[in-house]
Amino acid sequence: MTINDIILTLILVTPLIGALVLALLPDRGKTMQWTALAITLITFALTLHLPAHFSYATPSGAFQFEQNLPWISSPAIHYHIGVDGISMWLVVLTGLLAPLGVLISWRAIDSRKKLFYTLLLLQQVAMYGIFISLDLFLYYGFWELSLVPMTLLIATAGRTENRQRAAIKYFLYAFIPSALLLVAIVWLYTRTGTFDLPTLTALAAQHGISAGSSALWLASLAFLFAFAVKLPVFPLHGWLVDAITEAPTAAVMVLTGKTALYSMLRFSFSIFPAESHRIAPVMIALAAIGVVYAALLALVQRDMKKLAAYATLSALSFIVLGFFTFTASGLTGGAYQILNESLAGAALFMLLGLLYERYRTYDMRDYGGLAAQTPWIVTMFVITGLTLVGLPMLSSFVGEFLILSSSIEAAVPHRHLWTALATTGVILSAAYMLTMIQRVFYADPGPKPASIPARDLDAREHLALWPLAILFLIMGLASPYWTRTIGPAVSALANQPATAPASPNAAPAPATTASTQANPGGAR
Amino acid sequence: MVPTSYYLILAAILFSIGIAAFLIKRNVITIFISIELMLNAVNLTFVAFAHMWHQVSGQIFVFFVMVVAAAEAAVGLAIIISIFRARKTLNVDELDLLNH
Amino acid sequence: MPANYLWLIPLLPFAGFLINGTLGRRLPRALVSAVALIATAVPAGLVAWLWATLYSTDTPLTLNSGPWIAVPGFHVDFSLSVDHLTLIMLGVVTGVGFLIHLYSIGYMANEDGYWRFFAYLNLFMFFMSVLVLAANFLLLFVGWEGVGLASYLLIGFYFKKTSAANAGRKAFVVNRIGDFGFLLAMFLLIAHFGSLDFSAVFATVGAHPEWHAVRFLTAICLFLVLGAAGKSAQIPLYVWLPDAMEGPTPVSALIHAATMVTAGIYMVARCHTLFDRSPAALAVVAIIGALTAIFAASIGIVQHDIKRVLAYSTVSQLGYMFLACGVGAYTAGIFHLLTHAFFKALLFLAAGSVIHALSGEQDMRNMGGLRTRIPVTFWTMSAGVFAIAGIPPFAGFFSKDEILFRAFTSPGPLGKILWLVGLITAGMTSFYMFRLWFKTFFGAPRFEDHSLDSHGAAVHAHADTKLTVVAEHDSGQAAHPHGVHESPWIMLFPLVVLAILSVVGGWVGIPGHSAIERFLDPVFASAPIGGELPAAATSSGLELTLAVVSVLVALLGLYIAWLFYCRKPGTADALAQRFRSAYSLVSNKYWIDEIYHAFLVTPLLMFTRGIVELIFERGVVNGSARASGMTVRGFAWATRNQMSGNIRSYAGWLAAGAAVILAAMIFGRALWVHL
Repeated sequence: MTINDIILTLILVTPLIGALVLALLPDRGKTMQWTALAITLITFALTLHLPAHFSYATPSGAFQFEQNLPWISSPAIHYHIGVDGISMWLVVLTGLLAPLGVLISWRAIDSRKKLFYTLLLLQQVAMYGIFISLDLFLYYGFWELSLVPMTLLIATAGRTENRQRAAIKYFLYAFIPSALLLVAIVWLYTRTGTFDLPTLTALAAQHGISAGSSALWLASLAFLFAFAVKLPVFPLHGWLVDAITEAPTAAVMVLTGKTALYSMLRFSFSIFPAESHRIAPVMIALAAIGVVYAALLALVQRDMKKLAAYATLSALSFIVLGFFTFTASGLTGGAYQILNESLAGAALFMLLGLLYERYRTYDMRDYGGLAAQTPWIVTMFVITGLTLVGLPMLSSFVGEFLILSSSIEAAVPHRHLWTALATTGVILSAAYMLTMIQRVFYADPGPKPASIPARDLDAREHLALWPLAILFLIMGLASPYWTRTIGPAVSALANQPATAPASPNAAPAPATTASTQANPGGAR
Repeated sequence: MVPTSYYLILAAILFSIGIAAFLIKRNVITIFISIELMLNAVNLTFVAFAHMWHQVSGQIFVFFVMVVAAAEAAVGLAIIISIFRARKTLNVDELDLLNH
Repeated sequence: MPANYLWLIPLLPFAGFLINGTLGRRLPRALVSAVALIATAVPAGLVAWLWATLYSTDTPLTLNSGPWIAVPGFHVDFSLSVDHLTLIMLGVVTGVGFLIHLYSIGYMANEDGYWRFFAYLNLFMFFMSVLVLAANFLLLFVGWEGVGLASYLLIGFYFKKTSAANAGRKAFVVNRIGDFGFLLAMFLLIAHFGSLDFSAVFATVGAHPEWHAVRFLTAICLFLVLGAAGKSAQIPLYVWLPDAMEGPTPVSALIHAATMVTAGIYMVARCHTLFDRSPAALAVVAIIGALTAIFAASIGIVQHDIKRVLAYSTVSQLGYMFLACGVGAYTAGIFHLLTHAFFKALLFLAAGSVIHALSGEQDMRNMGGLRTRIPVTFWTMSAGVFAIAGIPPFAGFFSKDEILFRAFTSPGPLGKILWLVGLITAGMTSFYMFRLWFKTFFGAPRFEDHSLDSHGAAVHAHADTKLTVVAEHDSGQAAHPHGVHESPWIMLFPLVVLAILSVVGGWVGIPGHSAIERFLDPVFASAPIGGELPAAATSSGLELTLAVVSVLVALLGLYIAWLFYCRKPGTADALAQRFRSAYSLVSNKYWIDEIYHAFLVTPLLMFTRGIVELIFERGVVNGSARASGMTVRGFAWATRNQMSGNIRSYAGWLAAGAAVILAAMIFGRALWVHL
């Protein structure tokens, strides 16, 4: 048995053991922080093993680092784990964000530290589990597990008196659709006799799931609904703002988006390809509206964390838009954008968190004039803000561009309208982001900065933020490094292998499109 | 030879008496004894069926139940004693801590 | 020059940005300036080498440095390409850019945040070089957005001032509206061509002669025009440029006059293959250009802030370039871009020198009589004023005249109208530039008594804020000697160079012997629309007539300005009194900012707060969550009384439940069958 066979199990088990160790250690001084940091760093180092030993030549869609052990013989549940070109990067991303989350909570969390860091590590275990499970039953276990530590984190480490309500809201929103998901999973088992994802994918590709089309349709809706709420997709985002405003920074960094987006890609699209295509027009419309809806709401917020919450919703809607185009470039761009959005969103929430640590408020009217006092904070904030608004050469641009450019080729009605609508998001995002930067950092010192002595980034915060800032630039410039594994992994889900002619010489296509396609000017 | 149904009827009667006692009596000890009664009614059914089908598994189950019943009796009585020490009563209607 | 060195042109300024941006705070000023200067001088030298290499060859130099985005079905490379059009742009960007860096060392000498300024300036040079070197739309877009970013940072350089921060944000957001158009154009290009490479797209268009005025090309071109209108400050998106004057003056000269704002014209010229196929889009370009030209010129007439006059004149001159592109005269447009870069950079730098001399005063009503006090500034600025006014043989005359001639000879009645609008604009330009000239340098000085107690109108307050900011930055040390003084030579040297270029720069385009036309011919060779281009030789008589007319108009402007502001000062005020409503309309810039605010921004925010947030977010989204919560709670309330906590009641329910199930098992099936 080589290390490649058990690396995923190691990644899964390390934070679990770490959580146990933390629970047993005495909570004295900085013991909790240092131990948590050490564990997360070890786990991160382990995750880096994956891209280093990933076989890039393997044909698309194949899982690597697989481990498949029978667990329960009846029903047939296996401990089947493995990663492909997408989930590998999500595992690495989770590994990277964890130590940063510990670093940023270093001082912000000063009571019930043991509980906090233990929950944080358990949350990490659940996320790894979600990304590497290839058995539906195993996956569902991790999916449910991820709810519990997060709910407790919000309920115990929340910011205001409202935290318990927010936690319950989050839990109910996420839990009730999960119950539907479980029903659909069990139903699938009764139809196919397997929980194994690759088997199910192969079956679905041959239309081999023996069930009535309406039953399949309902099951696909149950899957999609569970993921759409957890993501969240407009208009199912009722929990989002409360949960984000309450949750501590380290929890917010992993709260939204990636697990649900990944699940959608991996489970909804693979098991229910036809049904997912069928609902694409609705989802594209919801995503395009969601982009603008959330961006408009972000524009009128005064609470920075609410603003960031809506900005997150807007950014996530972009990714949903990319997925449901079912073009190779849209899916690749969307999957790549999961990484970018998670990193940029994490950086934004970290910055907001450290501002809160200093001035105890998220209301931007209390700020002002910080640029002169804290030059490093403003530098980081501007870099992060520019990444989030999709400035070229920074990471988010690549994903957003691929998503939007493929949305105009999606096989749905009114696609020009939806593309144009979603693209207005780039105007609105610039407006709200720059407004926030201006309110916080420019003009004369506001009430809080005037009365509280300024403290710029310290070494620990530099350490937490610089890796992200550098990644923004690298991921904006060297996207092929990531997309070469993501692309093959998702192309199988696309409508056809490639919708656009790959080489510039393939000219005949335009002649037909020019005459037959819907009016391009209709996009205006 | 006594038909199996007699055993079953006897077991049903014993079980019903157990339930009735369980519901009517207020003293914890009496309730405890009625639970034992129900368990033994079930044991009787097991043995009757085991005899009827000439299978040994029913009898094995009876041993299981007896072991569990013994363990339960030990734990249950210990609990009853500690409850009595704490509350100075064995009336179940006054033991409604779960509701508060 | 080998193509491998091409990346040095953008990357050296980027290195300068990184060095000054991260370490600049701790470095001495001399070192900061040295880094910034080297980072711009070396690329300028490389561009000169490039000129020498490519001057006589028609084949573009290209360099492909590998993929930037590569996904199944679509890829974009880091590829650069240099043809003659790029050469001209590169010359302007690096040449003028270097001169302005030099000037800034003197101008910013007493400012706090010196390192920051040069870091941003180098960042701008990086993005601008990428913009003109790009060999595909997406890389061009990198530069396009990047210069917008640099512009945002530099306009908001005095970030303690709310007005400066606002202006920066406005510039970025308005530019983003343009970028929205650019993005949509690129999406359509990908959908129809499958590529964003210039060569691939243009070759495809060239291979399909039947694509004339097809809808998708028109749509692409119109979206590109929206992008160009944002960057080049054309109607309806010009509003950000006048506000951008909040930035330091060298920034206005470099970004908001000579280079960045011409990116839109460069882009239209670069995509001429597309535009040539869409007469409708070209007409839109021409009309937007003409309207912007005359509209901005009319506002420029009544401005009092010296930099705002120049800002509106920039908008107006950019309108000329748009007009040129719109009538298919791309060479004329680029020619005007070139001469405009010289004289407008010169005018801004000279204005900066005037402001410097008066320690921050920008209001022309508080100037006057400066001719003898700052002679070098006066003489160099005069060259710029004559050039922009279109007096021969200064540079602006040739380029502007070429545009007017080409407008006049373009087919259809539209051409004549465009020509007339252009001519009127030329007269107005001449008038307001000489107005500036007279008010600043002639007449009695109006500044001495004013520089001490200027607490009057809003404009003064504005100038004051800058002064206080400057004073704050200086933190105690004396800013400038408070008398009027000529600028140091490091500032005057760029003025002199640009003044010489403003005189001779137009001679490359003398009608009949136009070197620039020959030079750009390989780029625009495929330009003629349906072969209707009139041969230059046959219409030289017409060209001469038109030239005489436009010179007369320019002289008329000069004469009126002299009459109003030199001979009989006060005439202008009397006229303003007489036509008060018209004057107030123009001096308030036609209330455009207010109209945008009242009809776009406010309704959008009201819609968001009222409909989206209140009704939808609070009502529907959160309301439905609350409703489901209430349902659960009601159900819980109804059932909670069953949980008495009494063991015997539980046992009773258990027994009853078991009895029911048993009954159902025994009798249920019979009942079911019976029913």
